[in-house]
Amino acid sequence: MAKIIAGIGTSHVPSLGAALDHGKTQTDYWKPLFDGLEPARRWIAETNPDVCIIIFNDHASAFSQALISTFAIGVAPEFQPADEGYGPRQVPVVKGDGELAWHIAESLILDEFDMTIVNEMPVDHGLTVPLSVMYDQPAEWPCRVIPVCVNVIQYPQPTANRCYNLGKAIRRAVDSYPEDLRVAIVGTGGLSHQLQGERAGLINSEFDTTFLEKLVTEPETIKSMSHTEYLREAGSEGIEMIMWLTMRGALDDQVNEIYRFYHVPASNTAYGLLVLENE
Amino acid sequence: MSESRDYNDIPGTYVMDGKHSRKGYHLNMFCMSLNKAENREAFRADEEAYLNTFPMTPEQRQAVLDRSWLELLRLGGNIYFTFKIAAFDRLNMQHLGAAMSDTPMTEEEFAQMMIDGGRSIEGNRSKTEAKNG
Repeated sequence: MAKIIAGIGTSHVPSLGAALDHGKTQTDYWKPLFDGLEPARRWIAETNPDVCIIIFNDHASAFSQALISTFAIGVAPEFQPADEGYGPRQVPVVKGDGELAWHIAESLILDEFDMTIVNEMPVDHGLTVPLSVMYDQPAEWPCRVIPVCVNVIQYPQPTANRCYNLGKAIRRAVDSYPEDLRVAIVGTGGLSHQLQGERAGLINSEFDTTFLEKLVTEPETIKSMSHTEYLREAGSEGIEMIMWLTMRGALDDQVNEIYRFYHVPASNTAYGLLVLENE
Repeated sequence: MSESRDYNDIPGTYVMDGKHSRKGYHLNMFCMSLNKAENREAFRADEEAYLNTFPMTPEQRQAVLDRSWLELLRLGGNIYFTFKIAAFDRLNMQHLGAAMSDTPMTEEEFAQMMIDGGRSIEGNRSKTEAKNG
């Protein structure tokens, strides 16, 4: 049977991908952050999951205001890196797992999560930067990927509670898949940051630290936080943190914390990284 | 859609709700079009002519031509979309952050603010708090 073995949380800040792509990981600015990734990279190399389910958001690449999907799942054999305005990132094509993805899509919809099913979806930094965080610069990504795209741009975003429960439904879907597969689930985005407006540059480290702690030990206490509280405390783009709750919802109630790292700044963002294992 | 909403009390923040989305639809779709290399070439060749192919308001067109980053948000733009114009200009998010700040700031000063821990949440939670600050 397939099994969710671990969960990873990571910001997906695009400048991190750019620093890697342009050979700047050893500069004074970036070295502390890339050094902070090392323990997680060693862990994932040893753990080597067959499939990563990556919960991410699109940034006006595959989806625009023409069509706003709350939850979408990619079922294609592969996903091309998106052109976000300056040509696609030079990273490997993302290989999917159509059979498992369709199984999850069917299971979720029958479980009353009405997913948008996507066969054509260029994937932007929201998905490829987490892969770079985990795997550095391989010729091919070492795992198959099931992209799950969440609307975090258009209000109202799904509630934190809904995202958490989506994680639980993904867990049920994976648990009922007959093939022996080791699956990791990745929650991306955040942590506190605000890109827009007069309040641009907002960081709230106290909020981030509390969020990470509660996400590990008592996620039920943060799943009912309102949109306005996320927008106010974590910044307008910090609401991406709701996607970490999907990752957490897919894990056991009690988890082993393998690694935690927090660093300010990565460009305009507070960077967070978390590795959790089911017991 | 006109009732007051609790998030309207957050200072310097443009929440993309239905009202904002309706106002900015064509502006944001213009921004989105810059994902395609051929559209970027058309925009580079003649910005005004290219903008005229989108049913935007004259104010929205002018704000694009002026690279008036805050005005673009006020006219319904969303940062993930308006950033496409910045990417076209090869500007980064710290340039935009500085340009949108309520106090005049250079890109270098903005970058330093981030290195020093970012803009503080204290005094920036609500408009009332900011005013009484």
